[in-house]
Amino acid sequence: MTATVPAPAARRVLGAISRKSVVPWLFLAPGLLLALVFKFWPMAKGVWLSFHDVRPFLGDKWTGLDNYTRVLSDHRFQDAIGHTLVLGIGQSLGAILLGIVLALLLEGQARSLKFIRTAVFLPAVTATAVVGELWRLMYYPTSDGLLNSGLHLLGLGPVQYLDDPNLALYSTMVMGIWIWAPYNMVIILAGLAGVDRTLYEAAAMDGVSLWQRLRHVTLPAIRPALSIVLTLAAIRGLRVFTEVYVLTGGGPAGSTEVWMTRAYTLGFTRNDIGGASAASVVLLCVTLLLTVTVNHFRKRGDVR
Amino acid sequence: MSTPVIEPVRPVAAKSPSRRSAKPQRTTPARFDTALGWNDKPGLAWTLRILLCAIALAVFAAPFLTIFSGAFSTNPSGSSLSFLPHHGTLLNFEVAGERGIWDYLGNSLVIAGGGLLLQLTVCTLAAYALARHRFRGQALIMLLFMMTLMLPEEVIAIPLSLVLGDVPVVHLDLKGTVWGVILPLGAWGFSVMMLTEFMKDIPTEIEEAARLDGVGELRMLWQIVLPLCKPALGVAGVLGFIMIWDQYLLPLIASKDPTDYTVTVALSILRTDPEVGSGVVLAGAVIALIPSLIVYLLLQRSLVTGIAAGATKG
Repeated sequence: MTATVPAPAARRVLGAISRKSVVPWLFLAPGLLLALVFKFWPMAKGVWLSFHDVRPFLGDKWTGLDNYTRVLSDHRFQDAIGHTLVLGIGQSLGAILLGIVLALLLEGQARSLKFIRTAVFLPAVTATAVVGELWRLMYYPTSDGLLNSGLHLLGLGPVQYLDDPNLALYSTMVMGIWIWAPYNMVIILAGLAGVDRTLYEAAAMDGVSLWQRLRHVTLPAIRPALSIVLTLAAIRGLRVFTEVYVLTGGGPAGSTEVWMTRAYTLGFTRNDIGGASAASVVLLCVTLLLTVTVNHFRKRGDVR
Repeated sequence: MSTPVIEPVRPVAAKSPSRRSAKPQRTTPARFDTALGWNDKPGLAWTLRILLCAIALAVFAAPFLTIFSGAFSTNPSGSSLSFLPHHGTLLNFEVAGERGIWDYLGNSLVIAGGGLLLQLTVCTLAAYALARHRFRGQALIMLLFMMTLMLPEEVIAIPLSLVLGDVPVVHLDLKGTVWGVILPLGAWGFSVMMLTEFMKDIPTEIEEAARLDGVGELRMLWQIVLPLCKPALGVAGVLGFIMIWDQYLLPLIASKDPTDYTVTVALSILRTDPEVGSGVVLAGAVIALIPSLIVYLLLQRSLVTGIAAGATKG
């Protein structure tokens, strides 16, 4: 798969064409080829499929916007979009807040702090499927499950974290916060490292309170880091799949069904490839729109 | 971990001076070193900080101990887990082995090794062209690689699974082969952007001197540019490995039958197997966890600096 190594003879021929202009394309070729075949072609195909009634062996039939209207008016899909928004927003804000708290707590040069940071970052490097199994066991519904035994000590009854339709989405959200807070912590820590220390000293001279110092010195300084964290979180929230699929599979009673698990079910279990493609295309458009909007605001913020 | 907006990383080396040569100056922590003004003197704030650190460790790191303790314990139900194993045993691993966990691990290692090798090669080549050459359409190509980040597997899953079953032009069926997972991971915009930014900062004088000596393009990349890019390659390597190991949907749609699964996906098979208990699932989780843990602990320094450097540039 590596770029072709021109043999001496071939090199001379290439040189004759205009070596300088060909060389970069030889280096780019493998990457562009892979991106074309496995990213852009599927994307184009997805858009194409979304306008068709996909019928194996019979040929696909153009149906215009039928798939879109069908999918978007399906109440299960509307529910899934709602869950995606609740999960995405709750999980993002929770992980950002917790990330800020962790960063403020673990900021510093001491070796012991570095050790704690390394340990706290573990959830972010662990495969989501493994984290899912871990939390499934921590959420074990009987009173001797890990979290329930903690509640038991407090005299509270066992909670059906994942089996209660009213709770399952929030249980999933807690796991999401747990995964992403350490990741946000690292980015915010990097922002904190860039804060001008003399400003802290000056603030102390002026006798401002700790809260005012955080509000007027620290917060403006880490704003770029926060805007990145927010964008990443929003995009992640929209296309959340693995967490939900591993932890609840969309259940119970569809209470944790999100955009992508619904599209997956449509496409692979119901064989409604047109509908699933339409759902994916809508999601893609929303993601692109979100990225562009946020980048626009970030650029404007930088100029100011 | 695919991240459309993380800006490319600046040379990390510039920030963290070589570990061996100069010992980082150890300044005594002053009152204004941290946003909250933590200090080392024993007192109320100090005690509070230790307490909060302990809570953070308990919340984020301690649950991992339950994976290990459960995996080495003889409890069949999976409830009544604790942080320390009781009645240590390897039985869970034996049962998991009978269910083919080592084959799944083998799939995973082949995919992670091959995928990472391909990804690093492809991204390095592309980054070299983008950083060290000027050509028509450069900005467009950069945009294309950035767009690969906005097309995660989740969003193109359905058409991608069709493409994997019948690759355009060559009409190969990649389903059920490791190539079905490895090839789509080859072009990763994040690595391309990060390596490009890093390579741009290599002084042109070095390159010109080498060119005068008649060094060709491939040798230039291999012997001049790559050795100078080691920190960036480290970051690309760790992040790439973790990203590949974390893949769930791609191995799922690229498989023909469950024997093609990677170890992380195979955990769901163990879980739904009525004959095995949670101990066996956790044994599988340990096996799926260890490789990423090793990579992280060996290279966590470059990983954390990489994420941090990638973010702060914005």
